[in-house]
Amino acid sequence: MATPPIALSKAETAWLDFEKPIQELEEELSKLRQIQDKGKSDVSGPIRAMETQIQKTKKQLYSQLTGWQKVQLSRHLDRPYTLFYVEHMTTDFVELHGDRCYGDDKAIVGGFANLEGQSVMFIGHQKGINTKMRQYRNFGMANPEGYRKALRLMKLAEKFNKPIVTLVDTPGAFPGIEAEERGQAEAIAKNIREMFQLKVPVIVVIVGEGASGGAIGIGVGDRVLMLENTWYSVISPESCSSILWRSWDHKEKAAEALQLTADAMLKHGLIDEIVPEPLGGAHRDREGMAKTLRATLLRHLQELQALDPSTRIEKRIERFASMGVYGHAS
Amino acid sequence: MAWFKRSAAGVTTATDEKREAPDGLWLKCPSCKASVLTKDLQENLSVCPKCDYHHRLGSEGYFGILFDQGIYEELDADLISLNPLNFKDTKDYGDRLRDARAKTGLRDALRSAVGNLNGFPLVVACMDFDFIGGSMGTVMGEKIARAVDKARALRCPVLVISRSGGARMMEAAFSLMQMAKTSAKLSLADREGIPYISLMTDPTTGGVTASFAMLGDLNLAEPGALIGFAGPRVIRETIKKDLPPGFQSAESVLESGFLDLIVPRHTLKETLARLLSHLRP
Ligand SMILES: [Zn+2]
Repeated sequence: MATPPIALSKAETAWLDFEKPIQELEEELSKLRQIQDKGKSDVSGPIRAMETQIQKTKKQLYSQLTGWQKVQLSRHLDRPYTLFYVEHMTTDFVELHGDRCYGDDKAIVGGFANLEGQSVMFIGHQKGINTKMRQYRNFGMANPEGYRKALRLMKLAEKFNKPIVTLVDTPGAFPGIEAEERGQAEAIAKNIREMFQLKVPVIVVIVGEGASGGAIGIGVGDRVLMLENTWYSVISPESCSSILWRSWDHKEKAAEALQLTADAMLKHGLIDEIVPEPLGGAHRDREGMAKTLRATLLRHLQELQALDPSTRIEKRIERFASMGVYGHAS
Repeated sequence: MAWFKRSAAGVTTATDEKREAPDGLWLKCPSCKASVLTKDLQENLSVCPKCDYHHRLGSEGYFGILFDQGIYEELDADLISLNPLNFKDTKDYGDRLRDARAKTGLRDALRSAVGNLNGFPLVVACMDFDFIGGSMGTVMGEKIARAVDKARALRCPVLVISRSGGARMMEAAFSLMQMAKTSAKLSLADREGIPYISLMTDPTTGGVTASFAMLGDLNLAEPGALIGFAGPRVIRETIKKDLPPGFQSAESVLESGFLDLIVPRHTLKETLARLLSHLRP
């Protein structure tokens, strides 16, 4: 039941290309600290100055990230995934397996857990935490049985009147021969439709990548939240680039054009709230991130539980039915 | 049951498909390579007289086939796509829309209408592939949502005829949310016992398949139609293997268990009438 202890890759130090200025300052700082440790000269002044400068540089850098840079952060290998959040936000998590039809998909996990005294059904995409596990989890790309397991667990939660939280983090539903033959499209379609009629509160959180049908297949809820450095769109910037620009080289441009960041999604009225991440991204303070998310979930749950089921369903439908922009021909 | 009266305003009669191809031209059938007069093809519902290959047909063609005397009232015809994200790839989306409108004479990739099928009211929403590959933007989603609402209000069945490459990337997340919007309305129709029939034609892929197209009380398809979630090219690139012959064809999707029936175009109206007679209270 418990997730294996997480061995962070050289991790904290897995810097992204655009983080180079910070990486350099951090290296300077550790040199200064080594000098200080040797005790021959006192560099505590320069250390404090360097720390201030690093903080300032970080604040500046992370406050003006481009769409593509946020995509990079959302895919950082040390980012927390569903099982991490569940372990750190809840107690008594029991993972439940299988779609009762074909198999148990490893790219979507789910089960009951205790969140501040109440049972909640958690369902989410799960990426692997090392090379071997990434294969095992199929890189967070679910097959139809993953979506069918998710729906089975949602109906189970509904039957026993327990709220549902889904955590979305997928580069897409898996595009394979068997996935097609087992009805990838039908599985996603049915989830979307059925989620609109669930009588219990449903909160959706984009915690990493929110790619297209693979995301929305567990993405219908009374609240849709996005962590600060995540993305959500109809296609990944790379695929968009390859289709519209006929080359993989325009992913930065595609990321901008798609307006896939949490900020843009909130501005366009497609999500309800942005959950702030620790400075530099969720992977810089994983426990801190889980704590923030936990508090956010509890606040929304409380609001939603004050409504009766039919009102929730009606509002849920109205909310999604109003999405989009169109005009009238004169 | 002459429920549907031809009123003065807003009622249209389906005419021959003037803009599809002028009379007297020859067209090479992509399936059997035979040369066919476009006029003969049109008179045969755009089905190849030699090999039964189902050529692409647009909303005007289907409305003509389905509605009694070709009479129908178009719904929400004034809705047009905007460019809410100021999307620009190699071409500005606004220009793309303008060019598509000029080329096709259509406002977007789907038209919806209400009329009678063998005397019984029916709402039909039908895609036009010629308009940016039948891609789903807000207008398509909105029109399908409203078509479902119309059927719910009239308590009559609704048919959606899909022919689409999937989402319209230039509307990004707005496009994605149309999957949810259409499915939301179908969840209401489902609850209220409004019959919903989905007809998938060549091709039906992506977000269209993964939402309303697969949600029919009855899922129908035209012979030979390509139906899938991921397109064949994406799958081939992912698994780095060739795809089995007939993969994602309507016939193999039926074998996989996701279609009720494959319906040749010539028997479409008659088959729908028979099916709908079973769904009436
Ligand atoms: Zn032919």
